[in-house]
Amino acid sequence: MKKVGNHNSITRKLYLSLGLTLVFSLTSIAQVAAPEAATPAPADAVAASGGDPVKGKELFNANCAACHKLDAKATGPMLRGISAKHEMAWIYKWVHNSSDMIKSGDAAAVKVFEENNKSVMTAFPQLSNADIDNIIAYTSEPKAEAAAAPTGTAGVPGTAAPENAISNNVILGALGLVMAMLVVMLFLVNKVLSKVAKANGIVVAPKEPTMPIWRAFAKNQFLVLVSSIFLLLTGAYLVYGFLMQVGVDQDYEPIQPIHYSHRIHAGSNGISCKYCHSSARVSKHSGIPSLNVCMNCHKNIAEVSDTTATPDHSKAFYDGEIQKLYKAVGWDQSTQKYTGKTEPVKWIRIHNLPDFVYFNHSQHVTVAGIECQTCHGPVQTYEVMKQFSPLTMGWCINCHRKTEVKMEGNEYYTKIHEELSKKYGVDKLTAAQMGGLECGKCHY
Amino acid sequence: MSSNKKYWKSVEELDENSSIVEALKNNEFVEEIPTDEFLGNNDALSSSSTSRRDFLKYVGFSTAAATLAACEGPVHKSIPYVLQPEQIIPGVADYYATSVFDGFDFANLLVKTREGRPIKIDNNTIAGAKFAANARIHASILSLYDSMRLKEPKIEGKNSTWSAVDSALKSSIADAKAKGGQIVLLTNTLASPSTEELIAQFIGKNPNAKHVVYDAVSSSEALDAFESVYGERALVDYDFSKASLIVSVGADFLGDWQGGGYDSGYAKGRIPKAGKMSRHFQLESNMTLSGAAADKRFAMSTANQKQALVLIYNIVTGSSATVNLDSKLKAEVTKAAQQLKAAGSKGVLVSGIQDKNAQLLVLAINQVLASEAFTTSGTRQIRKGSNEKVAQLINDMKAGSVHTLIMSGVNPVYTLADSKIFVEALKKVKTSVTFSLKEDETALLSTIAAPAPHYLESWGDLTLTKGSYSITQPTIRPLFNTKQFQEILMSLNGLTGSYYDFVKANASTIVSGSTWNKVLHDGVYVGVVSSVSGGSADYSAAANALAQAKPAQAFELVLYTKTGLGDGQQANNPWLQELPDPITRVSWDNYVTVSNADAKKLGLSNEIVANGGLNGSYATITTVDGLKLENVPVIVQPGQAVGTVGLALGYGRRAALKEEMQVGLNAYSLYKGFNDVQSVSLAKADGEHEFACVQGQKTLMGRGDIIKETTLEIFNTKDAEFWNEQPMVSLDHKEVAATSVDLWDSFDRSTGHHFNLSIDLNACTGCGACVIACHAENNVPVVGKAEVRRSRDMHWLRIDRYYSSESTFAGDNERKENIAGLSSSLSTFNEMEKAGDNPQVSFQPVMCQHCNHAPCETVCPVAATSHGRQGQNQMAYNRCVGTRYCANNCPYKVRRFNWFLYNKNSEFDYHMNDDLGRMVLNPDVNVRSRGVMEKCSMCIQMTQATILNAKREGRVIVDGEFQTACSNACSTGAMKFGDVNDKEAEVTKLAADDRMYHLLEHVGTKPNVIYHVKVRNT
Repeated sequence: MKKVGNHNSITRKLYLSLGLTLVFSLTSIAQVAAPEAATPAPADAVAASGGDPVKGKELFNANCAACHKLDAKATGPMLRGISAKHEMAWIYKWVHNSSDMIKSGDAAAVKVFEENNKSVMTAFPQLSNADIDNIIAYTSEPKAEAAAAPTGTAGVPGTAAPENAISNNVILGALGLVMAMLVVMLFLVNKVLSKVAKANGIVVAPKEPTMPIWRAFAKNQFLVLVSSIFLLLTGAYLVYGFLMQVGVDQDYEPIQPIHYSHRIHAGSNGISCKYCHSSARVSKHSGIPSLNVCMNCHKNIAEVSDTTATPDHSKAFYDGEIQKLYKAVGWDQSTQKYTGKTEPVKWIRIHNLPDFVYFNHSQHVTVAGIECQTCHGPVQTYEVMKQFSPLTMGWCINCHRKTEVKMEGNEYYTKIHEELSKKYGVDKLTAAQMGGLECGKCHY
Repeated sequence: MSSNKKYWKSVEELDENSSIVEALKNNEFVEEIPTDEFLGNNDALSSSSTSRRDFLKYVGFSTAAATLAACEGPVHKSIPYVLQPEQIIPGVADYYATSVFDGFDFANLLVKTREGRPIKIDNNTIAGAKFAANARIHASILSLYDSMRLKEPKIEGKNSTWSAVDSALKSSIADAKAKGGQIVLLTNTLASPSTEELIAQFIGKNPNAKHVVYDAVSSSEALDAFESVYGERALVDYDFSKASLIVSVGADFLGDWQGGGYDSGYAKGRIPKAGKMSRHFQLESNMTLSGAAADKRFAMSTANQKQALVLIYNIVTGSSATVNLDSKLKAEVTKAAQQLKAAGSKGVLVSGIQDKNAQLLVLAINQVLASEAFTTSGTRQIRKGSNEKVAQLINDMKAGSVHTLIMSGVNPVYTLADSKIFVEALKKVKTSVTFSLKEDETALLSTIAAPAPHYLESWGDLTLTKGSYSITQPTIRPLFNTKQFQEILMSLNGLTGSYYDFVKANASTIVSGSTWNKVLHDGVYVGVVSSVSGGSADYSAAANALAQAKPAQAFELVLYTKTGLGDGQQANNPWLQELPDPITRVSWDNYVTVSNADAKKLGLSNEIVANGGLNGSYATITTVDGLKLENVPVIVQPGQAVGTVGLALGYGRRAALKEEMQVGLNAYSLYKGFNDVQSVSLAKADGEHEFACVQGQKTLMGRGDIIKETTLEIFNTKDAEFWNEQPMVSLDHKEVAATSVDLWDSFDRSTGHHFNLSIDLNACTGCGACVIACHAENNVPVVGKAEVRRSRDMHWLRIDRYYSSESTFAGDNERKENIAGLSSSLSTFNEMEKAGDNPQVSFQPVMCQHCNHAPCETVCPVAATSHGRQGQNQMAYNRCVGTRYCANNCPYKVRRFNWFLYNKNSEFDYHMNDDLGRMVLNPDVNVRSRGVMEKCSMCIQMTQATILNAKREGRVIVDGEFQTACSNACSTGAMKFGDVNDKEAEVTKLAADDRMYHLLEHVGTKPNVIYHVKVRNT
């Protein structure tokens, strides 16, 4: 029988333990969690005299926010501190019917009218004077500067590094130390034992020159064969895996010229995908919305609300992104007018199908009624848009095999459905049964 | 004794003192290898900082770097509109109705635009839109994206501005007024009411101004004749659908005669209905499209045609002018004339003879016949040019009395025979302005070259026929700094506002009972058409004068325009250059066509050389006036009348043309006195010309099953089985129908759609519009003359042309049947390869036949080509590895291989090599790369789009919605496309028709393209 080398060499054990320690310590460092942001409570509201600012806020949001902002000019003037500019009596009158005031030639009213591009304010006769008091109370609150606290978080990571991270390190360090001590002890014990043996006259058989393991391995042809087959297979698997991902850009998440958050628009605000990507209904392209579509809303939304900000992205950051839109579309916020100077946004295209594939959004969105999320993933949760699906042919084909064609109520399908369901003996037909696997349906 | 064996290496070794033998003994190479040049200089080698090792390192590093760099995917930018126009949705095509008239061609169109760029021209099929696009109009979309267009106004050859042009013109006109010089507007025929109004205003303001109309290819004599009888300078708009007997004396009415556009009416009468179809006699010298379609064609010189016309006049009107005609021809023409007379109002006679007397006789004959096809209402306004006035202008210019010359739509330096005189005369004109798309020959010599917009960038209005009104509207913003001639005229007239406003205001005076928006949407408006009351002229004097016509001295040169280039305006259009001529099948050239007899006499020949290309002799043409055209390539043309030669105009341009397009010779230089018939002598010249001809095979060799032909008589009297014979094969030693035997199991195609394309050989005139439409729709590349010569043309759709070897195809079949024995077959087939002297001609459009049992599909090793349930043979380019097995196994030879990368490749400097030219590409169709096979897809992108639209709208598809590019372009109705699973569809009825047959049916491929037996009314 062949003698296999001594596998219990002490040095080997040492190396092994050292290696293990290293591996653990490395992972332990990597495990340090990203600092969790602490969201400080917003500063206390400052009560104003005369009305209830809380009720006022409700009324403001319901009636005024479409045209007015607290701290910026929109269609109408900014309203914070408006009570300082006008008498309350004047304000009651104005709110109830401004156009009468303008007609009557009230100097202040005409001035306001002129200043705001001569846009007529809707009359609110339904608001009582008390309601107006409440709104004024709300608008008289001083600007809550402190509320912008989360701004800091993005800039200073790790300031509040949590304690358990340190303790993890300590525990692991201690364990490592114990391990090292054990190794040293083992070594010492071994040394003592051999000394004892020597003292007792027991001759420890000298180490036979053993064959190194690699040579033994090389001599065992069976092992060589098996391992080379294994290696070849693994290699082939890896190469195949590498080749199959060439050109597959799943999770491609490029940095866009404007940080557009689908989370805010489609998620928090629940805007339908097809409001912006309207051409998906009728065209092969879903279409990146033109900037005039953005301005449908952003004419009035120049800044995000405080609650929109996240630990990663502050309110100031989002407001800056809206400013980028204004710059691109040429919107002058102060005059509320288009300047005519535009700079088209150069988005980076995420979903890049090769030229030899014909894909039509309307076929899937309008005819088949497939949710956008089926292919694009939970976009409403994405802060930054990314490619959800691999967009490989196999992925397309699998879906065509499984998906039942929505035929009800579509006259086009009536005859074909009748014929095909008879042919296949089924009631529901998949895209594949309709011929959706033919090469020429997508490649021409 | 093998050691004594001596091998001689050359005869030189016989000479013992030969220096060569000695030199060869000592040196391996006779010539010195210049190694010293790069190795001899030791200093340079040792001082070089790059050692061999370094070099290898660099190679290794750069390879690795290139590999790594290649791994990174490219970043694509996507830039949306800032303000999206309401009507533009990316990915959805918009159509605009417009009309075109460029001085030569005209049509009512629908222009398909994608993302704001026009990509395809379709026919406007709305009622009232009369004129379908020909090949040149279909190709004109590419001329919009011509990179050689004039982009900036130029004064004295230097880039300038429009304000400078405007002020230069204004001061020149003021100067002309002060000095009493003439101001001349030299334009093509305008047919535009608003432009004519502007010109009238201009002349009103400047009494020293005049307007001269110049048609490069003149119809002056026909205009003169009509004017003298009816008092209106116009052309008759014949309606051939009303004629049961058509006699054409030298008029290629299926080609460009009087503007063309007669084919749809003609084809209506050519499809046998209830046993009846029209009969067509053609008397001509060149072989033309009309001659090819004719039931009986007589090849004769123009001099003889004149005599024949007088003879017909005699017979129809009962006159007796002396006729001097060969007795055999006389008998034939008499027969035709008698039939014409018998046909009465159902007969019509047309003539292309450029002689006022001849044109008067045409009027006389049709008047006597009271021909229904001949109508004086709604006359054509598309030719107005007067040869006399142009000649007068040149004389005025020579005399120095023309001060300012404003030209638009004309290129007289290129198109005038007296070009040299014109150039000299132009130098005496103080200010000359040329409005042109290109910096052409005339623009180069003018003081001001003014870039004009393409018609797809312009506003305008047209009265193509009297009483009709159509609008030209822009489909894209002007690509360059261009201005319309009319805009400058408005500025000179002191009018403010845009030309659009002017057209709109002007339209309100023409359009009654409709609105501007409606007319703009429809593209056309049909007003009240009144016929001109006929006058008369001294016809017998005309007949007598015509009978005096003398034959030409040696040869009669008949100048004509080719289907591809026409008058040569679009010479820089690669689609048109590569379009093979329907008759000769030669692309990228013009040439002199010579009859077989004359060729033999002069020693001129054509031969197919080893690489498959066609070579031809050169000849020198000399006119009686001493004008010479040297080294004209020769094509021996079956059917060419003996004693005549043909030569196409429109070639040989050099200015503003890419180098590849500078082909052919300028035949305008022989177009003396605007006469298309010249007396010339012909002599063989040295050298051989290399043609790019796409069809070497001339005849069918008696294979009557390729193009099935019969006569109306047989068609009416015999069973379909007789004239549309089913191919038979032997199965178990029994003869059975070929279609009953099959290697494959058939798929069930009864569900869903099943497309068939029907081609009626009776209606096909070979006009080539479908070929160009296919190019535009399917991004078919242009490969150039050298590649076409190597049979690497990429046309997905070709129109095969076959001549008969005997006088008829039936004669060929009979001759083949009567072959007995091997030796007889060899000699007979050899003879049958040659076309007859006056052969019958047939056209056959061939594209992928979309076989249900396709031979190409079974041999593809990678399953790149497969069959769809809808009947289309699909080609997945991304799957193709380029083995070309499919092309080899295709019995119809319709597959095309991309031997090279034809886009973004400077070796193929056509439209796909520049950004501008690529704008014409259809974004719904892949641009194929090198090494893949391609072929007709039966426009699957169009059928799929139709299906999707119906699905989206939740409705059933009606017949006629399914179209292909070729069936859409076919103005004669020869090509019909549709779903044969729709029982009511027209194509279903056509597929069940008795005349239906499949190409090479005995092969058993079960094609989805069907043909209809050609019936001739002989």
